[in-house]
Amino acid sequence: MENDLLLSVKGLHTWYELRKWGFFHAGYVRAVDGVTFDLRKGEALTVVGESGSGKTTLLKTILGLAPVTKGEIVFSGQKLDGKKGSPGWLRSQVGFVQQDPYGALPPFMTVRKILLEPMLINKFGTAAEREQRIREVLEEVRLVPVNDFLGKFPHMLSGGQQQRLVIARALVLQPSLIVADEPVSMLDASVRVEILELMRRIQKAHSLGVIYITHDLSTVRYFSERVFIMYAARVVERADVNEIIHNTLHPYTKALLNAIPDPDPENAGRYRDVPAGEPPSLVRPPSGCRFHPRCPARIEGLCEAEVPPPFEPVKDHFVECWLYRA
Amino acid sequence: MSDHNTSERAPAAQAEALERSLGDGTLLRVKDLCLHFRTTRGVLQAVDGVSFSMGRRRSIAIIGESGCGKTSLARAVLRLLPRNVYKYTGEVYLDGTDVMKLSDEGFRQKVRWVKASMVSQAAMNALNPVLKVGYQVAEPLMVHHRMAKQEALGRAREVFRIVGVPEDFLHRYAFELSGGMRQRAILAMALITNPQLIVLDEPTSALDMLTQANIFNALKDIKNQLEVGFILITHDISTSSDLADEVIVMYAGQLVEHSLSTTAYRAPLHPYARGLMSSVPTLREDKKLEFIPGQPPSLINPPTGCRFAARCPQRFERCDQEPPTFTVGEHGELVKCWLYAKG
Repeated sequence: MENDLLLSVKGLHTWYELRKWGFFHAGYVRAVDGVTFDLRKGEALTVVGESGSGKTTLLKTILGLAPVTKGEIVFSGQKLDGKKGSPGWLRSQVGFVQQDPYGALPPFMTVRKILLEPMLINKFGTAAEREQRIREVLEEVRLVPVNDFLGKFPHMLSGGQQQRLVIARALVLQPSLIVADEPVSMLDASVRVEILELMRRIQKAHSLGVIYITHDLSTVRYFSERVFIMYAARVVERADVNEIIHNTLHPYTKALLNAIPDPDPENAGRYRDVPAGEPPSLVRPPSGCRFHPRCPARIEGLCEAEVPPPFEPVKDHFVECWLYRA
Repeated sequence: MSDHNTSERAPAAQAEALERSLGDGTLLRVKDLCLHFRTTRGVLQAVDGVSFSMGRRRSIAIIGESGCGKTSLARAVLRLLPRNVYKYTGEVYLDGTDVMKLSDEGFRQKVRWVKASMVSQAAMNALNPVLKVGYQVAEPLMVHHRMAKQEALGRAREVFRIVGVPEDFLHRYAFELSGGMRQRAILAMALITNPQLIVLDEPTSALDMLTQANIFNALKDIKNQLEVGFILITHDISTSSDLADEVIVMYAGQLVEHSLSTTAYRAPLHPYARGLMSSVPTLREDKKLEFIPGQPPSLINPPTGCRFAARCPQRFERCDQEPPTFTVGEHGELVKCWLYAKG
């Protein structure tokens, strides 16, 4: 079991320091505040949260792009030192799929160059092997016929094709983990499914570990089984996707599910049952449970006083909420 | 079915269908609206021959992929045009007046804000940072109705209540408000002159799920309380069902289907609309998702036949040869597809 472990995150805190003048400093933005999980080889995991919930920072910390304030990240048995800037060995092991494909691709490089660059930097194989790998990976993401695409620049590709290229670039070094930050949120509905299915197929074929970050719960079930719900820098609920949808425990997750419509003409006639208010500031988060100021099921005297630990009312279904205290 | 027959029938059927489902009168009627842009590579047909009408207090969702002309259609209706316009023709009747005949100044005085207002995409970021929010919301009244400042601010207080912004926010600046509150303030601004039509262009796409749901609750409130019709432009099909009475599906600059929401979300007619609906992921029911292979045609020199033909699973010979005309369906739907042509 131990060898199976790809990534282990323990009590991770990532805080960004606010501006500082001499001895005075204004505090920290606690973007990730105590997150613990394990990811096995070939496992797909989805992190769902609203903007500002810390999901992107979590991913950046795993990539080594944000500093570790407290806690540890162990990747394939090697501990990340937690300083800013990712070590070289990590970069060839983790592929990154960005949110906005057009912004992520250098406009002055052809498809061939974009895919060649990471291999040159990481000293991958001989020239012939590199060329071979470019073709392989383009076929894998279905940018075929390959010869038509090799000489193209990013602006000549459609949004969906650009995102395929970004995925190809993430795959080119044969990483063991792919992290994808909202890979389909910039794409049209009709292309989204195609890209998700492509990622799913690649994940299965190479038994890659994948961390998929999204704000859109409805796409989750097309991608992975395991789901984390993040709210205000903490993972408040984690379980299997069907369990989360059909046996929702945390009041925040319930609200989130209520907020997401399925296309249905009857929606126009009914109001959505969602709590008012906004996610809290991460500089001074609320005491106790961070959702308590908006929570309809708040327990006076408990929720605002103490931070709920993860409870496990159903096997493999963890929830940080006092409602489920044993 | 002969060509002759269909082409005879089509305009009449179209006119008839345009009259349908108008409830207590027509608010907006658009006929054969074209908006073409001049670009370095040729003329881009962003909106090409779009006709539809909507009744008072109705809400229509315009859906389609990016680049299909949804926003251009809204801009053409409200005459918010960029400089590179090549062709801008057609008829737009708003509340009985032919607004295409008005001069630009006449349009500004008689229509914009007065009869129709718009909430554009990410408008919350367009608030002036150095003016108090209340003043900005009240400004259209001072400009268009020559109202005194105090009176206008009083009215701003009323619309703030309708959209759910606390009253003391009148005296705050934009940076003191959260994204959701700013978007509500923009909505208040669109409402303040009591327009009969509000165009919402992706009103919540930059906001969080819960905030989005809260804003849609506020929009439903407005719809139930006030005499106002909505045109909601979005690519988020699930969310569009939160407000829509009717749905217009656009593809490559053209309207391909206009139907009631019950038809549009449950059993759309046009093959493109069907593909689009079956590509929407659903949370609660477990369905197999499909996608439409290929990509939309360029709007510079679009195909002569049906513009969707190249991607259509039900294409036949006629589709490539001549552009389809509108057919009226069972429940008054309009669909631009040869499959439904009655011969």
